[in-house]
Parts: sequence; structure tokens; C-alpha cells
Amino acid sequence: MMLLNPAIMALVMVSAVVCLMMLLASGFAVRVLLRWDINSGSERQLRLERRTYLISTLLIWAFSFQLMSLMLFIYNAESMSGQFVGAMCATGVLNVNAWGWPTLFLKMGVFFSGTVWIALNYLDNQGYDYPLIRYKYLLLLAVLPLAVTEFILQLLYFTNMDPDVITSCCGTLFSSQSEGVAAEISGLPPSSMSLGFAFTGVMVISSGVWVALRGRNGWLFALLSGIAFIVALMSIVSFISLYIYEHPHHHCPFCILKSGHDYVGYILYVPLFIATALALSVGAVSPWRGISSLTPTIESIVPRLSWIAVLFFALFYLVATWSVWTSHLTMMEVWW
Amino acid sequence: MLYFLRKQKYLIDYTLSSLLRRKAKSLGLLAVYSMIVFMLASVTLFSHALRNEAGLMLQASPEIILQRMEAGRHAMIPTDYLQRIGQLRGVKQKEGRLWGYYYDPAVKANYTIMTGGQSETPLTSIIIGTGIARARGLDVGDYLTLRSQNGEAFSFQISALLDDKSELVSADLLLMSPKAFRRVFNIPEGLYTDLVLSVRNPREVITVAEKLTQLLPDTRPILRDEVLRTYDSVFSWRQGILFVLLTGSILAFVIFAWDKASGLSAEERREIGILKAVGWETADVMRMKFWEGMIISLTAFLIGYLAAYAHVFFASASLFEPVLKGWAVLYPQFRLTPFVDGLQLATLFFFSVLPYIVATIIPIWRTSIADPDAVMR
Repeated sequence: MMLLNPAIMALVMVSAVVCLMMLLASGFAVRVLLRWDINSGSERQLRLERRTYLISTLLIWAFSFQLMSLMLFIYNAESMSGQFVGAMCATGVLNVNAWGWPTLFLKMGVFFSGTVWIALNYLDNQGYDYPLIRYKYLLLLAVLPLAVTEFILQLLYFTNMDPDVITSCCGTLFSSQSEGVAAEISGLPPSSMSLGFAFTGVMVISSGVWVALRGRNGWLFALLSGIAFIVALMSIVSFISLYIYEHPHHHCPFCILKSGHDYVGYILYVPLFIATALALSVGAVSPWRGISSLTPTIESIVPRLSWIAVLFFALFYLVATWSVWTSHLTMMEVWW
Repeated sequence: MLYFLRKQKYLIDYTLSSLLRRKAKSLGLLAVYSMIVFMLASVTLFSHALRNEAGLMLQASPEIILQRMEAGRHAMIPTDYLQRIGQLRGVKQKEGRLWGYYYDPAVKANYTIMTGGQSETPLTSIIIGTGIARARGLDVGDYLTLRSQNGEAFSFQISALLDDKSELVSADLLLMSPKAFRRVFNIPEGLYTDLVLSVRNPREVITVAEKLTQLLPDTRPILRDEVLRTYDSVFSWRQGILFVLLTGSILAFVIFAWDKASGLSAEERREIGILKAVGWETADVMRMKFWEGMIISLTAFLIGYLAAYAHVFFASASLFEPVLKGWAVLYPQFRLTPFVDGLQLATLFFFSVLPYIVATIIPIWRTSIADPDAVMR
């Protein structure tokens, strides 16, 4: 019955379409991996070269749809909170059964792999001899299972929604007394968490600036950004949200998206996601400097992408610091 | 960056002029596309607004309604149940309500009759909703006669009409004094239709309801949150049903878009051939076609959405009304409060623009890879 909700129909449809597009592309990817020979002038090679245009367009669209479906998924969870006993925001709805959270994480995973793929694809198209074509289609074959699993999990999640089940709201899920990953994260000591947050922030921004200036070692920036991303999400649950809600026990990562808190969640999450996606792309792009047909492109885009990523990271850390700074909540005596 | 933007600007410029050169074809596609968006958007806007309205309405209603059951049916509840409940922690206020339905053969419709609550209405006067006033042709100062249970006729003077802002709920409403109510329906003192309890803290509602069922086993508590939840699912379910019905037209539209994009005229084929001959690359042609799709999609989305907005909020959604809100003789005439949100827009986008984009990717690619010499020959 839940499947008749329009937003759910849209989500299932989008995932199905994305999977279909990726399956189509993967069929092509296998052919490229086996048959691609840039030096051959055969009919088959010509057909393959022509088809690359179609496949990259398909995939760029598929990954953009995936991004939109990630946002729709969270919006939808938020709006369905009225239909479940005990749910007060997206947390409760994601918690209705075991598939909610894994679906969300997989959607995020597909989104980040998608941006990396698009960056590789852009780079590859800049070289006249398609030097990266095998790598990018290998990457695609690696992403495909993620997308298919995401589709299946999402379907399981929506079909197993039972409106009679009493789910737990963010207040109980993210409390340090209960058990589970969410509780573990919110139970992390805020004092060391905030130090870690500041440390990863400084590390990721300085590595970004270094990569932007020197134009090499992009992998370091990507690695640090991945760590910073995870630490940032954990910090939001562990202490930043407390300051935004001005409440010492409210850890929810979704309620900050609501109007009651000036939509500050958007100014936190959007820059964080953009910055991480860009930094990961820098990491994916910069190792290919040695390939002569790509060198000029890499030399021009690595600093550019890095600067933009640094900018967004800085924005994220500024907004986070600002919301802690201006908050009326004081935890000075409690945590330190 | 500037170079990139300028390039896109020239591409859009070219696309617009090429679309205008083929007016009939572009306008046909635009019309069908807008129609699809219009239908989907009407359904969405209307059901969202109704859901919103129901939520707003119920906001003022008490948290718990307590009904006595007799053989599985709703029965009158004695006044001393109020005493038996006694002091429940968390309950702010509790009182009995009197209400019922009155069938008026003259207009073949049911009125909802309630007692005036705190503000005591005089014994012989009533307040009626605008729906009743319209159906019977009544105004303030006129008399309305109701036949009581034992055949007596009671005349009431209409002292006021209910505000038409609340017409969605009050169209068929008739308010009278509790005394008059007991006389008309022959209900002895000491019985109420049901009891209402207001609970200050929303988290205590379930506990209070549990205590009530233990204390008074022959009653059933109805929670406001449950009612809201039901409304929420029912409206999105009805909307979903309409969407499923509209899937047929979406599919037809997909086929139409596919066909339009792949069945290029000789003229257009030549155009692409010439573009490639003067130095455009395959990627450029695809980019141009991308902008073409974007321009058509956004225009159609805007036209369809605005038309649907007008249809729902100015014309009361005359096309879908019966399906989505049900029907009755004394049906309220009301204007919905406009309500737009991101989820709604995103869902609509996925149902209209996404199918179009997916349907045109392959045809566009096919036209873009054409060899100039093969096309122009």
C-alpha cells in the first residue's frame, strides 16, 4: 500500500531507470574492455568510438538522477514522519525497518562514485586517444553492483513499511543510553570529537591548499577529505546539532534541515557534499599526469577543482563553527 | 569558465532560433508536454492542499475523543464517566459533547448538529453553516423548523451564519443549545454523545489513552494523531491511484517524445549535416540537442505547473474534485490555501521531465553521430 505514495513511486522508478541505464552502459563497458583498440581502423572500433558518446551521456544523466533521488529520499522520509507512530522526523521513518539506513548510505556511495566517474570521463574526453577508457569502464563495472543493491534495498525498504510498527524517533535513537551505531556516535565524547573535527578540518584544508598550489599528490587530499567527511557527519550527530538545537540531548542529523532552525542543515550538508565530491575527483584525476595527452588538462583542472573544494570545505567549517559560537547552549563545565 | 558560459550561450541562442524555425513541431510537443505536467501537477497540488487543510483543521481539535461502545457500536456515554475518569495526570481539560446528524427530507441531506459548547446559544436560536443556508435559501433572522424524535416541530430563529472561511468543515453544521438538542433528539440529561480530553504533552497521549481503556473497558479512545495519520495516508494513497491511472498517458507521452526525437525530417537532417560539415563535433550537436530538451522541458514544466496552480486554487480543481475529496449534497464551496513544497516539485519533475529525458537520449545520439556526407547526399 505504501508503494502508492507518489514520492515513493518516483523514487522506485528513478532507481529502476538508473539501474537500467547503468546495465546498458555496463554491457558496453565489457565490450570496450575486451575489444578496444585505438590504433585499429576497423568498423567495430569505429562503432565503439561512436557509442562512447551515448554511454557517457547516459551515465552523466544517471548520476544526476541519482543525486536528485538522494535528496528526494530524505525529503520523503521527512514528509512521511506523520504516517508512523513514534516518528517525528526522517530518523524515525528511516528506522521503520532494517533497510532504511543502508539505502541512504548506498545512495550516498553511488553519488560519490558517480562524481568521480564523471570527473574521469571528462578527463578522458580531453585526451585525443582516450587513454583512460579502460579504467573508467572498470570503475563503472564496480559501481554497478552498488546501484543494483541500492535499488533492491530501497524496494525492500518501501515494501516492508508497516504503518502499525512503533518506530523510535530521533530522541531515543540518538541517545547515549541506547544501543547501536547511532547511539555509539552520539555517545562519543564531544570534547575529543570536537578536537578531531577541528584537526581533520585543518588537515583537509591545508592539504587542499597544498595540492592546489603544487598541483600534485591529489590522492592525499582525496583521502583526507574522505576522513574529514566521515568525522564531520559524526561530529554533527555528536555535538554540532546540540548547539544548533540548544538542547544538551538532541542529536538528530535531520531536524537541522527544518525551518525551525533556519534551514542551517542545508548550509552545512550542501557545501560538505560538494567539497568531498570535488576532492575525491581531484584524487581520481591527478595520478594520470604522466600520460602526455592529459598533462595540460590535469595541470589546469587539478588546482581549479582543489580551490573550489577548499572553498566549500572552508564554508562548511565556518558555518559549523559559527553555529556553535552563536548558540546559547554552554557545555563548558560539562564536557571540559 | 567564461569561455564555457559563452559557448553555452551561443548554443542556446542557436537552439532557440532553430526551434522557432520549426514552430509547428515544437509547439505540438510543448502542448502535449505541458498537458502532462498540468494533469500531474493538478493532482499533486490539490491533494497536498487538502491534506494540509485537514491538518490545520484538526490542529484545534482535542487530543483524545472517548466513545462508549455497545455491542461494537458507538453508544451514548453517561455523565458519571467523567467522574470515573477522575484526575488523570496530564489531562488538562475534559468535557462531554453532544452532537448528531439530522436528515432533512426537504433538501435530502444530512445536517451535522452540535451544541454550542461554552458560548451558550439561547434556547430558540441556532447558528447554521453557509451550506445549509444556500440549500434552504435562509438568512439571518429567518426561521428553520426541525422535527423532533417524537414528531413535534421546533422552530428556531437563525441568529448568525458561520464564517465561510471554515466552510470545508462547517458547510453542513448547525449549532444549537444543549437543552434544545436534548429536546429535539429526546436525549435524557446525564448522557453525552462522547467525551473529549485535551492533553498538554503530546508524548503522554498514548499513556493517557492506555489508562482510559483500563479504567473504562467499554470505551474506545480515538487519538487525534491517529486521525491525522489516516488522513495523511489516505490522501497520498488517492493521489497515488490517480498517478497510476495517469501512467498510461505518461507512457504515451514517452513514445511520442521518442518518436519526435527520432523521426527527423529531411530538413533537420540536412541542418545537422551542414553543422558537422562546418566543423561542429558530435559532442557539440549533442549539447545543442541537450539545450533543446532543456528549453522545451522547462517551458512545459512552467506552463503546466502554472496552469495547474490556477486550476486548483482559482477554479477549485473542477476536473478531479469528486475523486480526491468525495462528494455530498451539501458540499462546501471553498478555496484552498496554496501550498507548494520541494518534495512535491521533485516528485512532479521525476514523473514528467525524467521520462522525457530518458526517452530522447538514444534518438539524440543517433542523429548526432550521422556522417555529414551521408546526410547531405
